[in-house]
Amino acid sequence: MTLPNAEKLVETLKNKINEIIDDKTVLIGVQRGGELILQKILPGLKNTVATGSIDTSFYRDDFSSRGLKIKNKPSKIDTEINDKHIILIDDVFSTGRTVRAAMNEIFDYGRPAKITLAVLVDRNEQELPIAPQIYIEKISLNKNQHLELGLDENKKFIFQLKECHV
Amino acid sequence: MFNPQLNSKGNLNHLLSIEGLSKEKIIQILDTAESFLKIGERDVKKVPILRGKTVCNVFFENSTRTRTTFEIAAKRLSADVINLNVATSSQSKGETILDTINNLIAMNADIFVVRHSSSGAAHFIASHVKPNIHIINAGDGNHSHPTQGLLDAFTIRKYKTNFNKLKVAIVGDILHSRVARSNIHALNILGVPEIRVIAPKTLLPYEIEKLGVHVFHDIDKGLKDVDVIMMLRIQNERMDGVMLPSQEEYFKTYGLNQTRLDLAKKDAIVMHPGPMNRGVEIDSAVADSEQSVILPQVTFGIAVRMAVMAILAGQHS
Repeated sequence: MTLPNAEKLVETLKNKINEIIDDKTVLIGVQRGGELILQKILPGLKNTVATGSIDTSFYRDDFSSRGLKIKNKPSKIDTEINDKHIILIDDVFSTGRTVRAAMNEIFDYGRPAKITLAVLVDRNEQELPIAPQIYIEKISLNKNQHLELGLDENKKFIFQLKECHV
Repeated sequence: MFNPQLNSKGNLNHLLSIEGLSKEKIIQILDTAESFLKIGERDVKKVPILRGKTVCNVFFENSTRTRTTFEIAAKRLSADVINLNVATSSQSKGETILDTINNLIAMNADIFVVRHSSSGAAHFIASHVKPNIHIINAGDGNHSHPTQGLLDAFTIRKYKTNFNKLKVAIVGDILHSRVARSNIHALNILGVPEIRVIAPKTLLPYEIEKLGVHVFHDIDKGLKDVDVIMMLRIQNERMDGVMLPSQEEYFKTYGLNQTRLDLAKKDAIVMHPGPMNRGVEIDSAVADSEQSVILPQVTFGIAVRMAVMAILAGQHS
């Protein structure tokens, strides 16, 4: 199958985020994809906004079956989030479990006024009553196919599809 | 060689000693601790991963600091913690170690943090429990204190990025020190090219050179150009016997004062596992100096213990 053009999707996501940001916005990237997107779109935003990044390893609901696997940098939310509008950015939305973990962690930092979830791709695999308010494309994939955002040799975004054997 | 620390998949199931750990395994623990260190800086210093698990601190030998940092570490992982000071309870009534542990397992504890005055106690317990129970050695006799070795390695990495260019001196009672043994093993595995031990002959174990260390009896020579100075506590009970003449005499010949610290590299760090005896092994001014990282060691110790517990609890056979 043809995978979507990641560069275009990131550009569209940037425009959509630009429409809703104000001085009360905090952008938080979910590592690793969401953090990559955040760093890319940041210079092109109309306002200067506070940012953070989140690694959900310590909040995952599959710790007892999977153990602890830390691949990313520690979460970093140095900015005040009480009463702020958080836009949580991720590359791919699938079950909603990562977002649940990310939200649990966010609430350990404070009480935001609102959280909006913005992603490039929604895989239509929702397992929880959590859904992205902003998504650019919907794609249906097999459960064992892992869609991941990466950077090519020219630092351009690309999607990669990996087969996982569970 | 059979290594009871590792499960059939080669993953860490217990932490009993630094020996037998690969460099990769140690680095994995240090990297994980780095993530946990950030949790301690937050307003809410707690993550949910060990929610519903029970950590039992079983101390057959007294300790305040180590037990407290294990307790804080477990609580920050959301585990329930039970502290048992066995030295004053069932052991004195004649119960064996295994019976004590089996009773606690029957109460559904998941992780045991064990300190015992006999070398090999944690190893013995680990060989007799089911695979879903995890044992952490919090000090056994003169043998090992692996989380101290790991937190010292973490501390060194924080201040000195590259292990393979360092000169490290360990000063004091090497003979009775499980901390020294764990540190020597950890530093060797991590590739530190020069480890020095500085002590009077009476406080050095026989054939210590076989661990790959350089022996110095003269502290002034031993501290020359080192990057890291690890001081060890002189236990008061050693003063009564034949090993040392007096505290004053020890301070004069082996105590770390500013003049001696100046023999080391300008940016050398001073470490101590605590509790320290000011004016015995270390001068008060040195302990409080800019080069001292003794209090950061305590903070790092919590993150390292969180990492060890989280890694162990995530293993399944």
